[in-house]
Amino acid sequence: MKILIVGCGKVGAALTEQLDREGHDIIIIDNKANAINQITDNLDVLGIVGNGASYHVLSEAGINNADLLIAVTNSDELNLLCCLFAKRASNCHTIARVRNPQYNQEINFIREEMGLSMTINPELEAAMEMARIIRVPSAIKIDTFANGRVELLKFQIPDTSVLVDMQIMDIIRQFKCKVLVCAVERGDHVFIPSGNFILKANDKISFIAEPKAATEFFNRIGIQSNQIKDVLLIGGGTITIYLTNKLLSLGINVKIIEQNLDRCNELSELFPEALIINANASDRYILSEEGIEETDAFASLTNLDEENILLSLYAHKVSKAKIFTKITRHTYDNIIEDMPLGTIVNPKLITADRIIQHVRAMGNTKGSNVETLYKIVGDKVEALEFRARKNSSVIGIPLEKLNLKQNLLVCCINRNGKVIIPNGQDTIQIGDTVIIVTTCTGLNDLSDILR
Amino acid sequence: MNKSIILHIIGWILTFEAAFMILPSIVALIYQEQSGYAFLITAGLCLLIGLPLIIKKPKSKLFFAKEGFLSVALGWIVLSIFGSLPFYISREIPSYIDALFEIVSGFTTTGSSILGDVEALSYSMLFWRSFSHWIGGMGVLVFILAILPLAGGENIYFMRAESPGYSVEKLVPRIRSSSKMLYSIYIGMTLLMIILLLLGKTPLFDALTLSFGTAGTGGFAIKNTGLADYTYYQQSVITIFMFLFGVNFNFYYLLLFGKFKSAFKMEEVRWYFIVFSLAVILISINTGNVKGLFSAIHHSAFQVSSIMTTTGYATLDFNRWPTFSKTILVLLMFIGACGGSTGGGIKVSRIIILFKSIGKELSYLLHRRSIKVLKFEGKKIVHETMRSINIFFVTYLFIFAGSLLIVSLDNFDFTSTFTAIAATLNNIGPGLEIVGPMGNFGDFSNLSKFVMIFNMLAGRLEIFPILLLLSPRTWKK
Repeated sequence: MKILIVGCGKVGAALTEQLDREGHDIIIIDNKANAINQITDNLDVLGIVGNGASYHVLSEAGINNADLLIAVTNSDELNLLCCLFAKRASNCHTIARVRNPQYNQEINFIREEMGLSMTINPELEAAMEMARIIRVPSAIKIDTFANGRVELLKFQIPDTSVLVDMQIMDIIRQFKCKVLVCAVERGDHVFIPSGNFILKANDKISFIAEPKAATEFFNRIGIQSNQIKDVLLIGGGTITIYLTNKLLSLGINVKIIEQNLDRCNELSELFPEALIINANASDRYILSEEGIEETDAFASLTNLDEENILLSLYAHKVSKAKIFTKITRHTYDNIIEDMPLGTIVNPKLITADRIIQHVRAMGNTKGSNVETLYKIVGDKVEALEFRARKNSSVIGIPLEKLNLKQNLLVCCINRNGKVIIPNGQDTIQIGDTVIIVTTCTGLNDLSDILR
Repeated sequence: MNKSIILHIIGWILTFEAAFMILPSIVALIYQEQSGYAFLITAGLCLLIGLPLIIKKPKSKLFFAKEGFLSVALGWIVLSIFGSLPFYISREIPSYIDALFEIVSGFTTTGSSILGDVEALSYSMLFWRSFSHWIGGMGVLVFILAILPLAGGENIYFMRAESPGYSVEKLVPRIRSSSKMLYSIYIGMTLLMIILLLLGKTPLFDALTLSFGTAGTGGFAIKNTGLADYTYYQQSVITIFMFLFGVNFNFYYLLLFGKFKSAFKMEEVRWYFIVFSLAVILISINTGNVKGLFSAIHHSAFQVSSIMTTTGYATLDFNRWPTFSKTILVLLMFIGACGGSTGGGIKVSRIIILFKSIGKELSYLLHRRSIKVLKFEGKKIVHETMRSINIFFVTYLFIFAGSLLIVSLDNFDFTSTFTAIAATLNNIGPGLEIVGPMGNFGDFSNLSKFVMIFNMLAGRLEIFPILLLLSPRTWKK
């Protein structure tokens, strides 16, 4: 496909890299020459310096025969304008990043009126993910498939857990829960485990289950999933707004510490039920006064990665709260890996993920479709949901007879709303959606799972 | 200060007053009363002074907050001074200060009277008294604004000074259209009430005067027994309309334009209804065993409606009620009606906001750095609003205390003195004991009457225009 990307920030760059790897023709437009140069030096893409909302620049980039335009500059209005012009010029597909909460309220109207294929709101997505975890606090990360009927949960095995030194095939037998472990992170390595894989303490395991089964599983392995009632949020940014909105609707008490007085006023106006504190959260005294020791969940969501890391480390030290840390830069990935920072929230990565998922689904006109895609462990493991169509080569053959790729697992089959955690005898039927977890990135079609 | 434009506006007020006096003159003609000439003389006097002021065009059209507040304050005083003349000229109220008290009580929609025997007045005088309620209820300047392209009239300060409530919300972008809208609703509702009363076989004269008194939330009755002699139907119609005229007029505006959802969402109207219902229920229970439940509900609804909207009609002597019920009535006097209505008192909206600020203060004491934005009607209460409400409340208390002290020189019992001030400052009408529904204000000394005249004007104009008039700072260049 020929794809135009407008905006060469963090998201634009990540998208370019990923889509280039998947074999698309990329033209990237930005008005900053260095940003463009940096990308074109490293990747085989075409860079154009200019204003992406100018028709002239767009035609120079070849909008006439483009399949897709992705607008991810840091201005919502500019993104929407780019998409509008592109739509009028060539009737291509358009994706815009729109993050203003006010526009978000009328997003369906905007999408419809402007003929957008997709709008993505990084902060909203991040907030929704956090809200999901706050509901099931034992997990580090939760992704949903099949409209929420199936969840992919990640959690870290504590030192004293019964799971330590246990073979994966014994889990179902011993706990009688319909769960399937589909990825294990140990240090730098990621395993797609087979049945005789032995779990160790501090492994981060990802497993697939129905929401009810997941709660049951946590109970049986002795991890208390305490209901979260009080949440302390540091920083009153856009994520905080979406998150607070969601949490208050769940009946959870929210306390927000924010430095900027005007922002505090805005927050208080938006959320009369929330407690807004105007203070600098790096003051330990204030954190204690506002009850960091007693809170059930703590999220550092300021604009500074470094501050977030330190705040979360401090929170980990003084409280037993469930911790969230917002990190926007890749640079720290290796350093923070071993730190007790709880769930890492990265809106930019989420944005890139969602867009790529959409592009894959779009680019696929053959037998199957990618319905959903999540990256579980950074870029290393993907969980994909495919829909099986008529002429796929995997239909009707028992899974154990399929010549599957290495490091690939068929985790779940969804048939007419019924969730099947499959074993070797199960088959994939027409119309099923199938969840695949794999380290081979770039799958486009269900038949790609075969060797 | 632009004195010429203030004089120009006062000229218009006088001219309109002359026009208003045509109505009682017609009444005098119908009933063949001698007192009609008093109105004609006064009207002539108004025109004599008013017309030259109108003809002389103001030198400059500069118009600021100061001019707005002063025109309103002076306008009301001039209106009252000339409005009292018919009583005095016709010798029906021989003391000038009594006549002034009576008409100020009329224009400010108070309804307190110095007359022991109301029925002794001629029909045209009774009509003028009640009609003054109707003019004062929505505001005389707002009326002029609705009719004339008055110089400086496009200025919001006029409405701000004359409309009850802590803030003025224009219904439509133009002040003139807003004023027209307000008066259309006002006239429409008054007509509806007159028709309903006539359907209940009320004599035309009674229907008119009762409706004027109700619409302006005034409360002058034309009988010595108050409203006790009217039928249940008539009393019920009045109960309902008193309540309706105490509702913020924005509510009707929203209803007229089909915005039912936002109309019924109005916080102030909801609380107004809640307080009203609560008071009716409590008083019904408290007084219930006297004449049966139905009668208890009927009379308590009438009295609560009358006192809360600051009208001041009475169907019975609530002086004889149990102390608990009387206390509720006194508390209702202070709460008053909705802002943007024709009622007086502190206003439901101010009370709600004051209550909300208590919550804010508690939260501040617990979390010193907490920020809490208070909202009213879904909108943020800005700091300036909060401050002006607090200052209003404090000023109100000071004026109340000061007046109480001066009036207590007359050496009446405390309840009478206290409720006399409450009844005049809140524009209610009757208080308790000697100023109760069957009593009057005639026994007070001239000094006390003067203080109460001041209170009535201050209460009607929301204190500050009158205070500005008295402040030496206003008159400095």
